[in-house]
Amino acid sequence: MDNTVQQGIHELIAAYAECIDDDRLEQWPDFFVENCCYLITSRQSHEAGHRHGVVYAASRGMLVDRILALRRANIFEPHRYRHIVGPIRIGTVADGVAEVRSNFIAVRVMHDGEMSLFAAGRYLDRIAVSAEPYRFIERLVILDSEKIDTLLVIPL
Amino acid sequence: MSEHGIEAVQGVSWPSNGLSEVPFRLYTDPEQYRLEQERIFKGPAWSYLCLAAEIPNPGDWVATTIGETAVAVTRGQDGAINAFVNRCAHRGNLLCIERHGHGKEIICIYHGWTYDLAGKLTGVAFERGVKRQGGMPPEFRKDDHDLPRLRVAELNGLVFGTFSAEAPDLETYLGPQIVGGIRRVLNRPVHILGRSTQVLPNNWKLYFENTKDTYHASILHTFLTTFRINRLSMPGGINIDDSGGHHFSQAKLDYTAEDADYNREGLRSDTDMRLADSSIIESVDEYGDGVSVQILTIFPGMILQQIRNSIAVRAIHPKGLEKTELEWIHLGFDSDDEVMTERRVRQGNLVGAAGYISMEDGCVGGFVQRALRYNDDDAGVVMMGGYDAQSQPFRSSEAAIRGFWKKYRAMIGD
Repeated sequence: MDNTVQQGIHELIAAYAECIDDDRLEQWPDFFVENCCYLITSRQSHEAGHRHGVVYAASRGMLVDRILALRRANIFEPHRYRHIVGPIRIGTVADGVAEVRSNFIAVRVMHDGEMSLFAAGRYLDRIAVSAEPYRFIERLVILDSEKIDTLLVIPL
Repeated sequence: MSEHGIEAVQGVSWPSNGLSEVPFRLYTDPEQYRLEQERIFKGPAWSYLCLAAEIPNPGDWVATTIGETAVAVTRGQDGAINAFVNRCAHRGNLLCIERHGHGKEIICIYHGWTYDLAGKLTGVAFERGVKRQGGMPPEFRKDDHDLPRLRVAELNGLVFGTFSAEAPDLETYLGPQIVGGIRRVLNRPVHILGRSTQVLPNNWKLYFENTKDTYHASILHTFLTTFRINRLSMPGGINIDDSGGHHFSQAKLDYTAEDADYNREGLRSDTDMRLADSSIIESVDEYGDGVSVQILTIFPGMILQQIRNSIAVRAIHPKGLEKTELEWIHLGFDSDDEVMTERRVRQGNLVGAAGYISMEDGCVGGFVQRALRYNDDDAGVVMMGGYDAQSQPFRSSEAAIRGFWKKYRAMIGD
């Protein structure tokens, strides 16, 4: 494995989580290529081959809309996440695309300080590594549980 | 009824016989919750159990709940659907533990009591004892210990069950209008596109009322108006069955005009916003009647949703006084092509736990629940559109909520 590629992938995945947790959500779509796929779904749905998840975007525009709606339209109690991303394992790298898998947990911290384990799961990524900056072609967020507490508005 | 039986249970009292003042204590009173379990969920109501498509083959089963009561639904060897209490007759152990499975019979893991797919007790481990010692007394009869069966009925792929012998047949229970509303949406074979469960921090009734509340939609859910997604005048109305418990609301949309409008008009001001990718609202009039939204509710806890081309069943599962699980089952039709499936999946962003026009329903019930904690004297006001629970040709109304309470009060018997 090329060290540069490995470092670039680690940097992308860490920066992604930091961006969300720091509430710099307007920058979140920039982690994806234009014709991307972003899907939050459950392990059960993923294993059943179901296409319908909880959040689905088939373009960077759809990610931009997610954030615009969050900022301007949707109503929810203010909260943040703290992502802890576990070991990042790089699978095959071919034709400028790396297949990468990592684990995560996201702690939800409500505005009043109430904390809970909101989500645990894994990221199944396809990352464009032929040019800087590296970007996600596909990011599947596979939740270990199909139960979502109250609502999901901030991306995972 | 014993002197300590349910006759002794006192539920929440109402300020009047009307439907427009709803005591807040209904959402916080543990005795009321217990009454609901007995008189509504185990009473003469039909509850949604599952989709027939989830148990296509003999031996398939699903485990679910009616109220909080565990129920198993099976497809028997004869192809018929059975439902029975998911509780071993021996020591009360949960029989079907996972959500779905398959087998020739149901075997209790605890002591190996075995039931056929209709809930009939067929085997008792060591019934004759071991080496002529122990075993059941000679008067023990397996026939006396079948699992309590529910009546089951299927309507356009939806499977319902009731504990009650007195409940009328399903179609009579629903009434012709509601049956028509179901047949309209589920007019061909379905399959599951995805499912999830949203955990709501509130009493089950707050969510069910929310789905009958046509007043809040454009106020709480600002997504469509924020992005100036043309709703035109959206004519529509509310249809409520005679019992009040079931309803559907409809709104129409000129799909072609919307599409042209959204793509033609530029931004009017700096604060005006448009979707960067409007494919999540790109819709087709698949039923050919111009109805873009139909929300249909079945008392006590099912919703059939058509929001544009997003079709879903939502099932409400009470989990205690202040917790509710909302099961979302997103559907496609077997006749869908790839374009249609992708369209439904994209529109799926509108609904569910992360839905642009539904996520607020996940938190607003919790806000109500919090406000009522030790603060639940008084009654809420439900007077929009009058005092009764009749069908109306407009939607700025709370008639369907009043209908819910009409049916609720009739079943609780207060």
